[in-house]
Amino acid sequence: MKKTGAEILCESLIKEGVEVIFGFPGGVLLPLYDAFPKYPQLRHILVRHEQGAAHAADGYARVAGKPGVCLATSGPGATNLVTGIANACLDSSPVIAITGQVAKPFIGKDAFQEVDITGITLPITKHNYSVRSAADIARVVKESFLIAKTGRPGPVLIDIPRDVFTESAEARHPDKVNLPSYKPVLYGHPTQIRRAAELINGAKKPLVIAGRGVIVSEAYQEIKELAEKAQIPLVTTLLGIGCFPETHVLSYGMIGMHGMAYANTAVDQADVVVAVGMRFDDRATGKVSSFAPRASIIHIDIDPAEIGKNVRVDVPIVGDVKNVLQALNKQITPADHVDWLRDLDEYRRCHPSMDIRETDKLLPQYVIRQIFEATHGEARIVTGVGQHQMWSAQHFYYVKPNSLISSGGLGTMGFELPASMGVKVACPDETVWCIAGDGGFQMTLQELATIACEKIAVKVAIINNGFLGMVRQWQELFYGKRYVATPLYGPDFVKLVDAYGISGLRVSDKKQVPAAIQKAMAHDGPFVIDFQVDPEENVFPMVPPGASIAECIEMPRPETVDSRR
Amino acid sequence: MNGLYHTLVALVEDRPGVLNRVSSVLRRRDFNIESIAVGRTDQPELSRMTIVVNAESANVEQVRKQLAKLIDVVKIIDITGESKVERELALIKVRTSPATRGEIIHIVNIFRANIVDVAPDSMIVEVTGDEDKITSLLALFQGFGIKEMARTGRIAITRGGIGPLVVEEEPKVVRQARKPPVPESPANW
Repeated sequence: MKKTGAEILCESLIKEGVEVIFGFPGGVLLPLYDAFPKYPQLRHILVRHEQGAAHAADGYARVAGKPGVCLATSGPGATNLVTGIANACLDSSPVIAITGQVAKPFIGKDAFQEVDITGITLPITKHNYSVRSAADIARVVKESFLIAKTGRPGPVLIDIPRDVFTESAEARHPDKVNLPSYKPVLYGHPTQIRRAAELINGAKKPLVIAGRGVIVSEAYQEIKELAEKAQIPLVTTLLGIGCFPETHVLSYGMIGMHGMAYANTAVDQADVVVAVGMRFDDRATGKVSSFAPRASIIHIDIDPAEIGKNVRVDVPIVGDVKNVLQALNKQITPADHVDWLRDLDEYRRCHPSMDIRETDKLLPQYVIRQIFEATHGEARIVTGVGQHQMWSAQHFYYVKPNSLISSGGLGTMGFELPASMGVKVACPDETVWCIAGDGGFQMTLQELATIACEKIAVKVAIINNGFLGMVRQWQELFYGKRYVATPLYGPDFVKLVDAYGISGLRVSDKKQVPAAIQKAMAHDGPFVIDFQVDPEENVFPMVPPGASIAECIEMPRPETVDSRR
Repeated sequence: MNGLYHTLVALVEDRPGVLNRVSSVLRRRDFNIESIAVGRTDQPELSRMTIVVNAESANVEQVRKQLAKLIDVVKIIDITGESKVERELALIKVRTSPATRGEIIHIVNIFRANIVDVAPDSMIVEVTGDEDKITSLLALFQGFGIKEMARTGRIAITRGGIGPLVVEEEPKVVRQARKPPVPESPANW
């Protein structure tokens, strides 16, 4: 039976299990939006800016276990998606971005709202398609979903001209995909796995560095077995947080520029590093030439192009983390590494990193810790980028799998609010806390309207220090305290959210924090708390740019409270 | 660049935009493409690219892996160290006069080139060979005056046996005769 391109697209999306589309209509999308009422099983969430749609689809994809879909019209709609697509690309998130395009006869002629979006997104998508016939839509959608979610996940863009939506074609939904060139390697090479096992079994100071690949591959059990079987301490990257319970005795926190001093020291001292599903990002490694200088490095990753890219690797294993670890764990002999763990614990005792300064001031770290206390870690934390992100990574103990959703690779301020929307839509029964900076919040706060309108019950904590805090911190430490363009005027956030019909609260006294958090959690619906925190608090530990991660600056601390263990 | 000339050969899907995708990866990694030649293959849906870049081996291997990730790239290998045949074709329009014509024809014969067009004041010479041969011929023609020239860029193919680029439709028996593929050999790192 013949159907229009718009109908074929909707049916193809439904066949791929799509339930939600974050979108914004426009001229060339009219025929598609006109078809939506025929498919009530597709929930369309109208965002207020296309960037919000892309981030929401990204947040959705990271927790839903299936690709998130965003939709934008041609021209400015499409270019507004670009930041969100790049963010998804760098964090390997399976996002399907569908853009409308001007009708075929107008393409390439600078028509109204025309932009070469496939050209623009070429380097920031895993793949992209420019559809030229309604008969191709079903195949392209099928291929796109396969490409987006398999191997190393990533965004796929599908550009569809207006006349393709209206054109009729036979709706043939293919059962399988024919992509001869696309064959992700899923199983590690046995010889390499054996060599890795030999290295680990012979190690005196082994260390596991776990990244987001563990979460993507859902290898929670496998990574735990690897750590426990041979008593190997485990550290994570920023995006690896949530792959291993942080209250576990073998967890030594996060590495990197704002990683725990003891985690970075573990990397420095280790004799064998097992890097699992991570890509040695510069914020994680610090100065590459002095990264893990004493260690043989085993690198497990599904993307062959990541291996040997930044850091020399002794044993490369290309494959899906879950499969590789299952094979590897069989060959690991039980061990205890008592001396190594004792050394690390001793170092951790002397360099706590997780303590919060005792003061009457409202410290941002305290706010984060109180959110942990109130939720017992049973929440999804969504952050933007900057100081609040680092405090969220440090001072919340992530015990629930995949519970930190953050913009890592691209470092997109303003990711938090729209992404938390996507997370909450994917997990409506879970508590979702959006931890925002006052800078990033002002970049995408138009999504408050979406949140209010669609009744998306996210809880928002604005860590409001009246500064672009991370940049200010660098100015303080490396630019002689010259605060150029970082003092940040903000609106009265409580009045602002009230204008959107969302309840809010301002907290500037430390004593009010627990009650405010309880009130937000008890509230039926979205809730925003404006935490007016100490403006010049810095994120420590900090590895100065260009330094080895073993040389971190710790917080000057005469007295401490709230020791981690 | 202090590196070596590397010859990468790729089988790619014959679709619009594929050359753009390939060159975009090279551009992003700041590679200057010495030459790139694209043509059809015996399989209608596939094209073959020969890309010559001048760079360090480690960087070429990294960019090769990034190119291999492109969905439209079916296979890509670096045949720099392989035993291979490399050719380039050039069409050279050289200035002639009744006095020089004989000498030019003589040079053309020595180089086993062909004269494919003759005009009163010029002729077009077609020459095939490796870059050295074409460069030498050009040097000789400089004296007469080169009016115009077009070069194809290098194409290359490995000698003997079954080429490492062959993908689909090869007979099973031949496939078994080949060395089993090693997914990720440490020798590459």
